[in-house]
Amino acid sequence: MPDTALLSVDDLQVHFPVRSGVFQRQSATVKAVDGVSFSIKRGETLSLVGESGCGKSTTGLALLGLVKPTGGRVRFDGAEIGSFRRRDLKDYRRRVQIVFQDPFSSLNPRRRVRDAIRVALDIHGVGSRAERDAEVAQLMARVGLRPDQADNFPHQFSGGQRQRIGIARALALKPDIIVCDEPVSALDVSVQAQILNLLADLQRDLGIAYLFISHDLGVVEHISHRVAVMYLGKIVEIAPKALLFAAPTHPYTTMLTRAAPTLDPRHRHSFSPSSDDVPSAINKPSGCPFHTRCPLATEVCKTTEPALTERPDGRLAACHHR
Amino acid sequence: MAQLATSTVGAAIAVKDLEIRIRGDRGSYPVVADMALTVERGETLCIVGESGCGKSMTALSLLRLLPDAASASKGSIEINGEDFLAMPERRVEDLRGVEIAMIFQEPLTALNPVLTIGEQIAESVRRHKKLAHKAAMARAIETLQLVQMPDPARRAKQFPHELSGGQRQRAMIALALACDPKILVADEPTTALDVTVQAQILGLISDLQKRLGTALVLITHDLGVVAEVADRVVVMYAGRRVEEASVYDLFEHPIHPYTLGLMGAIPRPVAGRPATERLVDIAGTVPPPWDLPKGCAFAPRCPRASARCHEERPPLEEKRPGHFAACWEHVDA
Repeated sequence: MPDTALLSVDDLQVHFPVRSGVFQRQSATVKAVDGVSFSIKRGETLSLVGESGCGKSTTGLALLGLVKPTGGRVRFDGAEIGSFRRRDLKDYRRRVQIVFQDPFSSLNPRRRVRDAIRVALDIHGVGSRAERDAEVAQLMARVGLRPDQADNFPHQFSGGQRQRIGIARALALKPDIIVCDEPVSALDVSVQAQILNLLADLQRDLGIAYLFISHDLGVVEHISHRVAVMYLGKIVEIAPKALLFAAPTHPYTTMLTRAAPTLDPRHRHSFSPSSDDVPSAINKPSGCPFHTRCPLATEVCKTTEPALTERPDGRLAACHHR
Repeated sequence: MAQLATSTVGAAIAVKDLEIRIRGDRGSYPVVADMALTVERGETLCIVGESGCGKSMTALSLLRLLPDAASASKGSIEINGEDFLAMPERRVEDLRGVEIAMIFQEPLTALNPVLTIGEQIAESVRRHKKLAHKAAMARAIETLQLVQMPDPARRAKQFPHELSGGQRQRAMIALALACDPKILVADEPTTALDVTVQAQILGLISDLQKRLGTALVLITHDLGVVAEVADRVVVMYAGRRVEEASVYDLFEHPIHPYTLGLMGAIPRPVAGRPATERLVDIAGTVPPPWDLPKGCAFAPRCPRASARCHEERPPLEEKRPGHFAACWEHVDA
């Protein structure tokens, strides 16, 4: 992979042991992330989209070392992030930040907002105390909060405001990339729009890259430059946004885009009422993980896992038939 | 007196002038006011709005399932012509499930974790249809078949935690349908589900509703769901209806600034309009129900608000045939 990438991930794996019985013996392995590779350029938004349990959030957490990868390599700004040891991580963690889904549980309820935002500046010893307080005021203004509310506690803010606090905290150390893990999923649509606009403004003004993790195709189509679709721990398709949404290659991408409601009552979907059994990462099907739900599946799909390969239009997809 | 959008003669649900109040630490205040609804058999009415707009309280009041702190303090609710609010509790219990049933958002908390799916459905059938144990269980399996549960006889013997999210929601729909209710109230039935499973459940609900001719009241925050299933739509804001219209009129010619804002805030093009780079953000937040502004509750956030909007609350009026809005400065369609 060329080194123009800000961040590149090669064959990332996160496997969890499943323990059972009295002696808690390991009875199985959940391959939550199973060989994921992608790269993000400066100022770019790459989205990871998929349904519950596909490994998108675990991928994000693994990038920050918040869960320990069991395999694979992460390169950041030309250097390999080694064993995720504490000392190596400090500079990396300054430049790679995260915004979580739930602004209610990711803020300490007993800590004033000023302190919640300033703590990262304190840890990294940025400036004097007065300078740090001034920086907090600037950050709050930057994300659309009133700096005079810095002494309030999280419960005194609405959900959207709390998400702004989370973003201010992530911005404090001037990161190169922010992992946004479902940052608008818990918000009402009018507030969601405010936060999406804020993220777009910050990218335009500060050149921040985003790894944007979401289950919502509408949000993903709006905010991304490129999109990676995940299914049971694997990337099944990765393509520039316009290409992916105009003409999905992988049958799962097709299924996802057809399942999203239309917003046009004159052109409704005719959704099938029948159920298909959705497998989980713990009972992952053999061969292509999607073959149990795939309309195109044949014998080869049951036995041989398709590789993620480049297509004539430049996108990558993992399918025997498309 | 709240104005009604349609005639109430022979309606499955007729709500008039309903007010729901909460008594709590901040005193007594209304969370739903001037509510009026009519739903015919075979019709799907969607109530759409953001958190705290009163849509779930409205849904719960239709089954007299309001939490202890809340009560219907004004108005009337008629279910198939009977005055529901005046009825003794025993009679309401008889009607729940048979006349009107509810599908909740989160089947894992709404289903009983220590009873099998089959037992829970059979219990309701025994209670209302006076069937013996065996016949009730047979009916339970039949209902699971109706909701296209894969392998229904086996699933009937399983507990809620053994099913996937989509299967649990199917079980909940089966439980609601077991006694052939004439009215279904569904509160965010697909919000907790993945998008491909949501598509299946929406397909199932509209398929069943067409086949069984049930009246359906569907509560949602998602305009996408509304566009897929609604016949008529009520948009709520801060406890009141702000717009009511057929689903086509609402999506093609929204006239209340709040509805317009909601549609502009969705990061996907609505009804063929071009996509925009920047989303419409409705500045500010919803006012709390104990501290509503004097005039129109939306005025502080409204780009079209005039002096009158801050002083005088607009009533819901028919602005175009069959299209109602509560607004002094509405968009001329």
